[in-house]
Amino acid sequence: MKIGLFIPCYVDQFYPKVAIATYELLQKLGCEVEFPMGQTCCGQPMANSGYAHLTKGCDANFIANFTGFDYIVCPSGSCVLHVKDHLHDEKQEEKAAAIRNTVYELTEFITDILKIDHIDGNFPFKVGMHQSCHGQRGLHLSQMTELNAPFFSKPQQLLQNIKGLDLVSLSRKDECCGFGGTFCVTEEAVSVKMGKDRIKDHESHDVDFITGGDMSCLMHLEGILKRQNSRIKTIHIAEILNSLEN
Amino acid sequence: MSSEKIIPHSEAAAKFNKDVERVNWHDETLWFVREKRDRSAHQIPDWELIRETASKIKNNVLSNIHDYLVQFEENALKNGVIVHWAADGKEHNEIVHSILEKHKVTQMVKSKSMLTEECHLNDYLAEKGIEVIDSDLGEYIVQLRKEPPSHIVLPAIHLKKEDVSETFHEHLGTEKGNFNPQYLTESARHSLRNTFLTRKAALTGVNFAIAETGEFVVCTNEGNADMGAHLADVHIASMGFEKLIPQRKHLGVFLRLLARSATGQPITTFSSHFKKPRDGKEIHIVIVDNGRSTQLGRPEFRNSLKCIRCGACMNTCPVYRRSGGHSYHNAVAGPIGSILAPNLDMSKNADLPFASTLCGSCTNVCPVKIDIHDQLYKWRQVLVKEGHTPTAKTAAMKTMATVLANPTVFNIAGKSGRFVMKNIPSLVNNKMNKWYDQREMPAVPEESFREWYKKNSRASKAKDNEQ
Repeated sequence: MKIGLFIPCYVDQFYPKVAIATYELLQKLGCEVEFPMGQTCCGQPMANSGYAHLTKGCDANFIANFTGFDYIVCPSGSCVLHVKDHLHDEKQEEKAAAIRNTVYELTEFITDILKIDHIDGNFPFKVGMHQSCHGQRGLHLSQMTELNAPFFSKPQQLLQNIKGLDLVSLSRKDECCGFGGTFCVTEEAVSVKMGKDRIKDHESHDVDFITGGDMSCLMHLEGILKRQNSRIKTIHIAEILNSLEN
Repeated sequence: MSSEKIIPHSEAAAKFNKDVERVNWHDETLWFVREKRDRSAHQIPDWELIRETASKIKNNVLSNIHDYLVQFEENALKNGVIVHWAADGKEHNEIVHSILEKHKVTQMVKSKSMLTEECHLNDYLAEKGIEVIDSDLGEYIVQLRKEPPSHIVLPAIHLKKEDVSETFHEHLGTEKGNFNPQYLTESARHSLRNTFLTRKAALTGVNFAIAETGEFVVCTNEGNADMGAHLADVHIASMGFEKLIPQRKHLGVFLRLLARSATGQPITTFSSHFKKPRDGKEIHIVIVDNGRSTQLGRPEFRNSLKCIRCGACMNTCPVYRRSGGHSYHNAVAGPIGSILAPNLDMSKNADLPFASTLCGSCTNVCPVKIDIHDQLYKWRQVLVKEGHTPTAKTAAMKTMATVLANPTVFNIAGKSGRFVMKNIPSLVNNKMNKWYDQREMPAVPEESFREWYKKNSRASKAKDNEQ
């Protein structure tokens, strides 16, 4: 199984350890993983700001880099959702469609394609799970509280067998953290307030770590936590799932 | 009102956030309503099926709106109701005024109608010397304060009981400092009772208009619409044309959804059917377009007209809860308001579709399954293309697009970006950087992932071994 590793641009630049954990984890799980070196960004920051018409270059570059893999896997629900919903190219629509159908967020790839629901790991901490909105309501990685439908959570399922990990149940299970792409600066006051409230929920459950599937949400929460000199840290779920040495 | 300078959502929201305790209270109060909605909705095993059914009925209505409107008018006329058609808010207001003038009415009682807020009816009638008293308690409170409602179902949700006490003390002469909700409600009740008894004309909104029978249904918890309409000689009902449903049997679907979605109640206390006037009385229905046919003609946005005005999207919206209804500067606030308002005036409301993180909660509480967050995204594209974004933002986006489309440039930009952040933090940690106001910047790693990958990936290691 040949996997194209799709690493969000800001993760490549600011959180290489998350990309390394994803790369190592997928290899541990038996995948052949390649990181196409020409990849940049999926174009979401522009599209969500109303400039989808400027993402043609990004789309073409994405297709050039990710055509020919069995699956494309990415440690971000948000970026995957963007590709699934919005990757198009008039000149090579078939290739675009093939990518849209084979791109997966990391945890859903593990549970749905690799059919693995048990990952050994060691992470002896109290952890809060921040389920990011695009992963949850867009990709259905877990059930949302809005619907009258049975509970499930692909990421939580994977965290269950991590030794020592104590997963808390938050008061507001799936409230948005307020990152929201350019929203985090254009609506700074509300964005930060949402982040602070999200943190308070985790704090009141006395967590050591906030984890999640999207580094963008975690970067926003981390920024606030650091400013508050909080003892709570953020960690991407890939890092927890990759916590055992080979 | 329209001449007032519009404060952009972000600015108004920043102001709202200055009072942290009030924001917390506002957020928690509305979250409480959202949770009540969840409990109530989750008790109905077929909830998702009912939403789907309602959505399909409304889609059918929108696709056949002309026929249903003609049928509704025909049946209403048969019932002895007088039907008026208004192309816009101005015409609506003129029609209402002409009815009042004909009956020499100078005072009117009005139950909740977001449409009349949309048309700014109160201001219009005040200019004509007609006094309007809002009889919904929440609307009565904001009317006394000369404020617009901040929520379509809970018009005074931005106010605490202490604020209400102050307002009532000033306008109704209640005891200063008496915050007892029962006392305050009782006082409003006494004051309103007199209004009900002396008004010859009553205006109500319309929740559902039934094409098959020509009747309309008004849902309230306070019974104020009924009290007003029953005591008055003239009942005027204002409705947006999208309020139609085909048949009476469809009503059950919507009544099951409306109050559960709005407040978590199984049903509103009063769901009153109005069909024909009593002897010697008149019922007028004013059917209003005011931009609705334009919206119907926008394929990507037409299904926003399915809205039944329950307010669930506002209660669940994490941005609405933390910015307050007034920051949306539109009669209908929150997520639904943000997809309706640009249709009415793009340049005035260009900020609203951006007042969202696109978290998608709104879409999933919506009882008629409007794809609200997708429409917010689509409005952003339209607003940019129509030139309603600052030039600086467009320039920045163009640069970004160029950099991101080109891997070589991206790598250089990434390297220099990290170099800047690592070596000259004050360059990025400054006043120009809104991120840094209340958040630290991410720590800068030694190398990017791609640099690490070049050295450490299996492929590159294998290559090294060969050499």
